[in-house]
Amino acid sequence: MAVAATAAAHAHGHAHNRLQLNRVGLWLFFFSESIVFGLLLTSRFFLMGVDREHVDQQLGLIITIILLLSSVTAFTAETAIEQDRRRLASWMLLATILLGVIFTVGVGFEWSIAEFNRKEVFGTVFFTMTGIHATHVVTGVIMLFLVWVQLKRGKFSSRDHFAVSGTVMYWHFVDVVWVFYYPALYLIGNVVTPGQ
Amino acid sequence: MWALRTLSGGLGMGLLFFYIGIGLTAVLRNWFGYPEVWDRDFNVTIGYVFGLLGWVMGMGMWGSWGREWFGLRTHSYYIRGWQRYFTWSTDHKVIGVQYLATFTIVFLLAGLMAMLMRLELATSGLQFFDKSQYNTILGLHGILMIAVAVAAVVGGFGNYFVPLLIGADDMAFPRLNALSFWLIPPVALMLLITPFMGGLEVGWTAYPPLSVQTQTAQGFWNLAIVTFGLSSILSGLNFVVTIIYMRAPGMTWSRLPMFVWSMFVTAWLALFYTQGFAVALLMVTLDRIAGMGFFNADDGGDPLLYQHVFWFYSHPAVYIMILPGLGIALEIIGHFSGKPLFAYRYAVGAFLGILGLSGVVWAHHMFTSGIPNYLHGPFLVMTELISIPTGLIFLSALGTIWMGKLRLTAPMLFALAVIFNFANGGVTGIFLADVPTDIHLQDTYFVVAHFHYTIVGGEIFAMFAAMYYWFPKMTGRMYNMKLAKLHFWWMFIGFNVTFMTMYWPGIQGMNRRIADFPAAMDGINFFISLASFGLGAGFLVFVGNMVYALFWGPAAEANPWGARTLEWQTSSPPPLENFDEPPMVTGHPYDYGLPDAPAHARFGPGLPAGTPAGGGGGGGG
Repeated sequence: MAVAATAAAHAHGHAHNRLQLNRVGLWLFFFSESIVFGLLLTSRFFLMGVDREHVDQQLGLIITIILLLSSVTAFTAETAIEQDRRRLASWMLLATILLGVIFTVGVGFEWSIAEFNRKEVFGTVFFTMTGIHATHVVTGVIMLFLVWVQLKRGKFSSRDHFAVSGTVMYWHFVDVVWVFYYPALYLIGNVVTPGQ
Repeated sequence: MWALRTLSGGLGMGLLFFYIGIGLTAVLRNWFGYPEVWDRDFNVTIGYVFGLLGWVMGMGMWGSWGREWFGLRTHSYYIRGWQRYFTWSTDHKVIGVQYLATFTIVFLLAGLMAMLMRLELATSGLQFFDKSQYNTILGLHGILMIAVAVAAVVGGFGNYFVPLLIGADDMAFPRLNALSFWLIPPVALMLLITPFMGGLEVGWTAYPPLSVQTQTAQGFWNLAIVTFGLSSILSGLNFVVTIIYMRAPGMTWSRLPMFVWSMFVTAWLALFYTQGFAVALLMVTLDRIAGMGFFNADDGGDPLLYQHVFWFYSHPAVYIMILPGLGIALEIIGHFSGKPLFAYRYAVGAFLGILGLSGVVWAHHMFTSGIPNYLHGPFLVMTELISIPTGLIFLSALGTIWMGKLRLTAPMLFALAVIFNFANGGVTGIFLADVPTDIHLQDTYFVVAHFHYTIVGGEIFAMFAAMYYWFPKMTGRMYNMKLAKLHFWWMFIGFNVTFMTMYWPGIQGMNRRIADFPAAMDGINFFISLASFGLGAGFLVFVGNMVYALFWGPAAEANPWGARTLEWQTSSPPPLENFDEPPMVTGHPYDYGLPDAPAHARFGPGLPAGTPAGGGGGGGG
């Protein structure tokens, strides 16, 4: 019955390999997430073969370039904090957030001008795949923002910045997913119009 | 009242967020111009996601974890006594007990549902339930037992004993571990309210198009199972990292106890395949609430997609269930045979072989579903290939028993029964893997009998073996061995009579998942029902024995079985962080009866020369 409640009385784990454990855990998380994305990608080909419907090529190319650029800024932010250049890191995190937001708005605009609806099969796979991916982008933006706030409070340094590295790795992962999703939804195969 | 405070925090935040989510959804629906602002499945789905977040945060995730994301100070509490089991504890032993207690209750509830089903099936015609009530009971029995089979051994014994067996002080990610457990109560809640929300009618497999079109509580069911999958994936991730990086110095891969090896393989399976169930149910949910068309054949969708994605998880899921069971069986047989475990390396290879093969056999569940003919041959061959690694595990078990000095305690009896029952389940599986016989036997009671022989006969028997083996370590008290043996013989005979008989109506073509059957089958079904009531009554012996021992049993020694492995070299129950002095592994865990064999482990600082480092150079102590 005795209730002993003490703040931080019980520190788990050991400092010497905590960082290594976190890194491996993060990679396993990506591995696990890639199965979710992979199953959706496979479902797209299972349902439609290599057929697809018409989508706005210019818009698709622009948002893809924006997302790839955001990986460059995210990478720069990580290297900057590794060298204790906090000002650069802060600006680069902000740039990544901005590019992520533009990408999400672009996907939303694509949804609004889509020439197919969600009941037909291409609409189903298109909205599901871009929707799940955009959810991850939004999550990434929120994480980047939280990391940016802590960076402004002076929390990270070249010795202690796993939160920055982890978030940036997550951002790269979401980017790599789009590298597979973009061709599968925009580029591959024959354009068909339903009902023909 | 610490427990009350935590639980009310979790429930309060959960409900608050749930209503916020529901309200927000209604506002958004109004804004986007939907004719109805309230659609039960749609609003509840969004509300549930909010409520789940509120629940885990309110339970303690906010204080110990969430605050960190906002740069605030986190705090962790260590609470003594029974109340810690109702709080956000990061101690792997507490979490193990939480899992075990939860799933023992779920197991007994789901067992009661099996009794209700057998009551209805005792004679032809409908006596006690109408068909939709029967379907609800059947679906709940199925999914609750699947949950028990997936999580009771992995979450319960895995959490409690893997860190102890490898000489670690805790799991690699203690907070993630607590999260994995506290995701479970919402799952249980959502499943148990389904009978009051319209029932279930799709069994545990939830095939579309019925699961998309049904007006029952299918939406609740989907949410529960996706949450359960998330919990399973997170705990799988935790086990993989723990077993690789937290091993004590000297605990090389070839000295790893069998249960840890089986948990390692299981954790990879959970991490790799559980997404299949989640994605399949995500598609069903999107079809249901967002009007999408994954499974709507009119607009180019395909219901077969569901079966592929679903079985991509759900076949490996049976290995998630059975491998820890076989690991426990080998572990216990290794300790009670008085001689070294036979063919240790082959058994490890067998576990890894099953890990490799499990992902390429799923379509044998779909031989009669209309998959292309050219897929039949490959999936038949791949499925039967699995019997080679499984056979190696039998080889190891039988080789260990052979000429051994067996000590037939209750855990050993259960472990031997695992081997016996699983052999039966394995042999009858061949008829289901072969396409010609499967076409006749598909969806009959033959499948029911086969499945129960592998999972109940294999894993649930192993769960009881582990319960009797590790009970003194977990509670510090000893149960009555005579009653435990009585429970064993009662359960063993009851189980075999019930399910061995069930093959017969199956071969005769009696369909499964039905509330009624032709009157010609009356006699044999009455017999099966009687036998199953006998089997069910046997669990009263188990519950009585365990509850009595828990409160009034004699104190257990630290090592009542004289076993070599690490968990028995510390007090019963183990102290916080497990070992008073850091363990050093110096020998093989199963070297019984060898006069020159070094001890499995010794304790204290200072590594003997030549001891290999543990995982990641750290862990332990």
